[in-house]
Amino acid sequence: MSRYYRAAALVLMLGLASCSKSKQEIEARMPAESKRQKAPEISLKDANGDTVSLADYKGKVVLINFWATWCGPCEAEIPWFIEFEQKYKSRDFAVLGISMDDDGWKSVRPYMAAHKMTYRIVIGNDTVAQKYGEIDALPTSFILDRQGRVAAHHVGLVDKSDYQNEILKLLEDPKSAALHDAGPGLLAGLLRPAHR
Amino acid sequence: MTLVLACSPACFAQLIGKGFAQPGVLNFVPPKKAVAKPGATIDSVLPVELRPGYHVNSNTPSDDYLIPLRLTWDTGPLEATGFTFPKPHMEKYKFSEKPLSVFTGDFQIVTRFKAPASAAPGPATLTGKLRYQACNDSMCLPPKTLDVSLQVEIVK
Repeated sequence: MSRYYRAAALVLMLGLASCSKSKQEIEARMPAESKRQKAPEISLKDANGDTVSLADYKGKVVLINFWATWCGPCEAEIPWFIEFEQKYKSRDFAVLGISMDDDGWKSVRPYMAAHKMTYRIVIGNDTVAQKYGEIDALPTSFILDRQGRVAAHHVGLVDKSDYQNEILKLLEDPKSAALHDAGPGLLAGLLRPAHR
Repeated sequence: MTLVLACSPACFAQLIGKGFAQPGVLNFVPPKKAVAKPGATIDSVLPVELRPGYHVNSNTPSDDYLIPLRLTWDTGPLEATGFTFPKPHMEKYKFSEKPLSVFTGDFQIVTRFKAPASAAPGPATLTGKLRYQACNDSMCLPPKTLDVSLQVEIVK
């Protein structure tokens, strides 16, 4: 084997090893499905004045991002979220941004336009922040599985690849996908107590 | 049996935990008592301390969206006629493409006051607000406004 092929093989092996490690890390960090908690319900208005609730995202993997226009680390994540939603929308993935700006749409609307934000944005409030465990620092993000349970939680800026790996893990999760594909009927059946 | 565990908002809050508690990120030393004669001009220093690793936007932030550091004084026995902030640092953070105009560490804000010629002699208290918004390299804390007070003595 030439030196070139040996080097290429080594790079490939290292690459595979790092992929595998990364997946293991993601799995270790995510709580087991049985331990995931249902995300608190929300009822907030989007830019069109429509009420948004988590029921709108039934069966989807959702990234909920608490952010503000004055938050630099939040700004860094915006292009990632736009990309994720465009890339995985067809696989039932969505991003929901909850702005914590005190002056609401006055600041948020022009900011959304300037940053070409394509995912759904709503204006948050103290009640929602409290429901989600006191949002003391931004950005704070939650990734929900297809059953609306919190599968990942991040405070502060994290690597783009961390988000991506978690989203992919949840989208690829065969159990979640199977439940989703089977529709709400089967899910309800599985959750219903067995009467004999 | 249900597979989905129920959790109240309080229980959820406990599970998620607090990201960060803001108290103590920015502290200031109450300014020294200001003694002035009617018609005189005096400077009052407000020493500010920031927790290591944190920064606040300067009084002239790099971006319109960023919240500046502001000190304001209410109407009282002295009239604020100007402010002197330190020279901001231009710092590059991992979340920003360009350096940001910030204050870090310990610094001072100086307020120039004028005592009106008609100021009545005696003690008084002047109140004000210090508004800031702090971040570290990966997260930001909500804007906060602190009450500031200055003991004033108008003398003949």
